Amino acid sequence: MNLFADALSWITDGSHWGGPGGIDHRIVQHLLVTFAAVAVAAVLALPLGILIGHTGRGRLVVVALAGAVRAVPTLGLLTLLGLALGIGLQAPLLALVALAFPSLLAGAYAGVESADRGAVDAARAVGMSEWQLVTRVEVPLGAEVILGGIRAATLQVVATATLAAYISDTGLGRYLFSGLKSRQYDEMLAGALLVAVLALVLDLTLAALQRASRPTTGKVLS
Amino acid sequence: MSWLEANRDYVLDMLVQHVRLSVPAIVISVVVAIVLGRVAWRWPRVGTVVLGTASLLYSVPALPLLIVIPVLLGIPLRSGLTLVVALAVYGTALLAGTAADAFRSVDGRVREAAEAMGYSRAGLFWKVDLPLAVPVLLSGVRVITVSTVSLVTIGALVGIPSLGNLLTDGFQRDIRAEIVTGVVGTMLLAVVLDVLLVVLGRLATPWRVATPTGGAR
Repeated sequence: MNLFADALSWITDGSHWGGPGGIDHRIVQHLLVTFAAVAVAAVLALPLGILIGHTGRGRLVVVALAGAVRAVPTLGLLTLLGLALGIGLQAPLLALVALAFPSLLAGAYAGVESADRGAVDAARAVGMSEWQLVTRVEVPLGAEVILGGIRAATLQVVATATLAAYISDTGLGRYLFSGLKSRQYDEMLAGALLVAVLALVLDLTLAALQRASRPTTGKVLS
Repeated sequence: MSWLEANRDYVLDMLVQHVRLSVPAIVISVVVAIVLGRVAWRWPRVGTVVLGTASLLYSVPALPLLIVIPVLLGIPLRSGLTLVVALAVYGTALLAGTAADAFRSVDGRVREAAEAMGYSRAGLFWKVDLPLAVPVLLSGVRVITVSTVSLVTIGALVGIPSLGNLLTDGFQRDIRAEIVTGVVGTMLLAVVLDVLLVVLGRLATPWRVATPTGGAR
């Protein structure tokens, strides 16, 4: 338990804040990498997932893809890309995008498909176009599940962004690796705690967002 | 291929280590998750707390967990036990909810019939609930098996040997073939264990084989 106290005093030590390599700087960096990777993956995966959910075609591909990606060790993907692209931000970013893709795709497809068929049929019956069906019925009704996919992807990416520090000088993972190398347990543990707290905060925030997206049923629009 | 031929013993050694780390973690996860799932199924209110805690634990990233666990348990950082505990925590967190679902999937009428036939509580669990929960349970076990085998590689970063060593070593020494061997080896191990699970599942639920595939949900 003493080690935890050491780690906490390491975190609260003013000299570890501010400037490049400071805790605040690394938190921002960690978050930026996470959001960038999820955003890029979302731009690619969400439209595709919505299309699959809407048309009902290509479902098997999604399931197979999600399973295959889960089996690939992330560290292997990172190190292979690291060797291929050199030290820098491209390799970890690309690996993180690849990691986020299946969760986002599966969430989008499952969300759209989860939309009440009765509501979709009714919308079609009142003359909505396919585009209106997707944007006004299927996506709003499936929002909770779609956001669930975004939440799962974000959680995976924020955790794996820690590993990115193994191949590039990015994010909070750096403290873990430099602490490991120099056997500075306080720094290592401080890094571990910072990442864990960041992931928890992010997850709870997205969970709240997900709850808020639940379609309000039984409320008549005035 | 030539790299693999020259380093066959090393790769096999790491593969054995990988199995030694992943299989106990999976077994512990399954046992603990069944207990927790049973509790959650029996007492839904306790279950909400248990499953909530599980999903919270699941959101702790793996590498930090590998560093926090030795401090909490007072075991060496580079001990394989650290990794087994960390992976068991993940596996359990992911599987507990599925286990609760699995028990809920058991037809209530079957349970009532068994009770009427005079099954004891233990008999009801071992001979009715658990076997009938196997199909749903198995789907969850397959998921955690694949993710556990893949996560073992992370141990290489803190010095716990496994096929993950091929990834870190190959990166440091710029040997692409070594990394590819590590990735493919890890995935193959996952596939083999997955197939093994499917076979075990068939053996555990012989009544399902008789029904046509359409009836297998």
